[in-house]
Amino acid sequence: MTNLATYFDQLLFVALPYVAFFVFFLVSITRYHWRGFTYSSLSSQFLENRQHFWGLVPFHYGIIVVLTGHVVAWLIPRQVLWWNDRPLRLYILEISALACGLLTLIGLVSLMLRRLTVSKIRVVTSKLDWVVLLLLLAQVVSGVGTAVLYPWGSSWYAAMAAPYLWSILKLNPDLTYIAAMPPLVKFHIVGAFALILVFPFSRLVHILVIPNPYLWRKPQVARWYRAPGEAAGEPV
Amino acid sequence: MNVRSQISMVFHLDKCIGCHTCSIACKNIWTDRNGTEYMWWNNVETKPGTGYPTAWEDQNKYNGGWAADGSRLRLKSTSKTQTVFNIFHNPSMPTMDDYYEPWTYDYQHLFNAPEGPDQPTARPISMVTGEPINVESGPNWDDDLSGSPIYAANDPNLAGLSEEEKAQLSAIERLVFFYFPRICNHCLNPACVASCPSGALYKRGEDGIVLLDQTRCRAWRACISACPYKKVFFNWSTGKSEKCILCFPRVETGQAPACFHSCVGRIRYLGVLLYDAGGIERMARLPEEELVEAQRSLVLDPTDPQVIAAARKSGIHDAVIESAQRSPVYKFVKEWKLALPPHVEFRTFPMLFYVPPLAPVMANRGATGVENVSQDLFHDIDTARVPMRFLANLFGAGHEGKVRYTLRKQKAVRWYRRALTVGDVGVDLAERMLREADSNVEEAEAIYRLTSLCTVDDRYVIPPMYREEAIEMMRDPLEHKQGVGFGLLRGPRRGM
Ligand code: HEM
Ligand code: SF4
Repeated sequence: MTNLATYFDQLLFVALPYVAFFVFFLVSITRYHWRGFTYSSLSSQFLENRQHFWGLVPFHYGIIVVLTGHVVAWLIPRQVLWWNDRPLRLYILEISALACGLLTLIGLVSLMLRRLTVSKIRVVTSKLDWVVLLLLLAQVVSGVGTAVLYPWGSSWYAAMAAPYLWSILKLNPDLTYIAAMPPLVKFHIVGAFALILVFPFSRLVHILVIPNPYLWRKPQVARWYRAPGEAAGEPV
Repeated sequence: MNVRSQISMVFHLDKCIGCHTCSIACKNIWTDRNGTEYMWWNNVETKPGTGYPTAWEDQNKYNGGWAADGSRLRLKSTSKTQTVFNIFHNPSMPTMDDYYEPWTYDYQHLFNAPEGPDQPTARPISMVTGEPINVESGPNWDDDLSGSPIYAANDPNLAGLSEEEKAQLSAIERLVFFYFPRICNHCLNPACVASCPSGALYKRGEDGIVLLDQTRCRAWRACISACPYKKVFFNWSTGKSEKCILCFPRVETGQAPACFHSCVGRIRYLGVLLYDAGGIERMARLPEEELVEAQRSLVLDPTDPQVIAAARKSGIHDAVIESAQRSPVYKFVKEWKLALPPHVEFRTFPMLFYVPPLAPVMANRGATGVENVSQDLFHDIDTARVPMRFLANLFGAGHEGKVRYTLRKQKAVRWYRRALTVGDVGVDLAERMLREADSNVEEAEAIYRLTSLCTVDDRYVIPPMYREEAIEMMRDPLEHKQGVGFGLLRGPRRGM
């Protein structure tokens, strides 16, 4: 029994992450290179505008805050633990995180309903879109469930999950903390790896091409076959 | 002086017969694909009317173009900060309902229907969902419907017209209208380019054609709302924006764009304008009533030695300068001042100019039958059936001066030709009218020739672009020999 459990742990928490990250990088990069055209947010706002707002906006605001939280706590776990030292600060953090999780959930459910019920939107929904949405749903539900059932997530994530993720990065997987996690939490971790695995094949690649240069560039863009003024040897 | 060259256009509205040949030529070449059925890169609208998409000129509804706030020029629909917050849901995004849902007919049913007491019919089928639909509007639903209280009455250009002027538009069996063909204006200060978060939209340095890089577009859809002319379209199938490319593959090989080439009324002119790129931003901030003149002042005289020297310095080929000297667009826009930019108040500086129509109808039905409005041979332009203010809303940012100028000149040219060919008007009277319209006999002759007797070569003066040389500088032509070529090697498809 314990042998079997260890075997599964090895598979899900050691093999899976490496496979997922390897595929993620390989496919994202080659896809960008050879199939750059397919990198798009594949917006469907043109076909349906009202429900679009109530799904896409809460979902994105929620998920971006929650994901950023995960990354920050992974990068600076000690500072997070310091913050959580005071109960008031801990409550503020936990409540805002939970609120964002619920926001994500509401948005996700309403955008799934939109995909299901609006006939024009069904036309632009692929099977893979459904795989992604269902994986996200499972992920958000298990995340919110964890937050409610196992307080205080922000602290034990920083203390126990962050070291595990670092150990993966350092190519020296350490399952000490993971093995003891409750099944729901394990499910959430495996879901994350599954999402990373389908990520490069799906519409999620839009996250890799968020247009940050816009914030710095000049408004107008010109492209030249030659540099301007090149013929006269004097660039303008 | 930062001289650049721009392929520019003039449409002569008095010659447009509203046949839509241009639209069909364009559709057959560029937008007959899945996801583009609803797009009309070229369309012809009836004025007064609401156009396509419905009421596109109403920027309170669509938020397109630029606003000048004091010393700043800003896009109405977006900004750097707004892009961050609105990228998930664009609040100024038009939807398919503002255009129309494209449809075909279930022709198969005519063959497959089981035998019955009635004739089978071919029902309309949505080209998006494939389901039967009730057709309620189309891209040209108000064609020739000027005067109608449902369509024409909603034309945004009726703003500010008196009741009398409005009545004037729909007098005599409600027959007054003219046509307004539209393509992308390949603007000097394009709102679409400035709005694109990905930098996918760009102006070609060498000829000013505004293009959208399909591989860089990520469907953030800012361009759709930013373009005040609604000439960037969203391909709902590939998830990419698309727009008029001024048939650059044709232009590069010396052929006129398809809509120009097919134009039955020969209303379209194409040629190079040299302009000063350094002045654009300052000019675009000026008060509305100065904008027409401001845009004109950006256009440079291609025979001026200083301009030629500066053009050479910015790498403009001698053949392009020579082409600019023969440009029919330069004559209409700058020399004769007959052609005006549409809705210059959007501040994008459109490079497609229109010669406003000297609408012909002069009679009115009175108590005793048909009465002439004016005893003159050609009516007084101020009592024209299309009120001056309406044309001013379209072509003068609401100010009549520039429109009156071109109509007076056009009228004087007609009198002058009438004097020569029919002789029932005195030549001295005609010449006096020309003088009063800021013109003269030579100019009148030139205007007459380029308007009425123009050949293909007069209308389209296409500069050689030396694209083959430019491409050879960037790529080895032998690199792709016996291969599959370069560019997009796979059909544009949604997803991976
Ligand atoms: C980081 C910045 C992000 C930006 C700028 C962004 C932007 C967008 C945009 C523009 C769309 C298309 C919306 C439309 O239909 O008009 C979209 C859709 C979507 N995004 Fe994001 N996104 C971001 C992050 C994320 C993240 C972190 C996730 C989840 C892990 C995510 C998941 C999705 C999904 C699932 C859809 C499809 C929704 C549907 O079914 O309609 N996005 N995103
Ligand atoms: S008219 Fe053409 S160039 Fe001007 S803003 Fe619209 S799409 Fe861009």
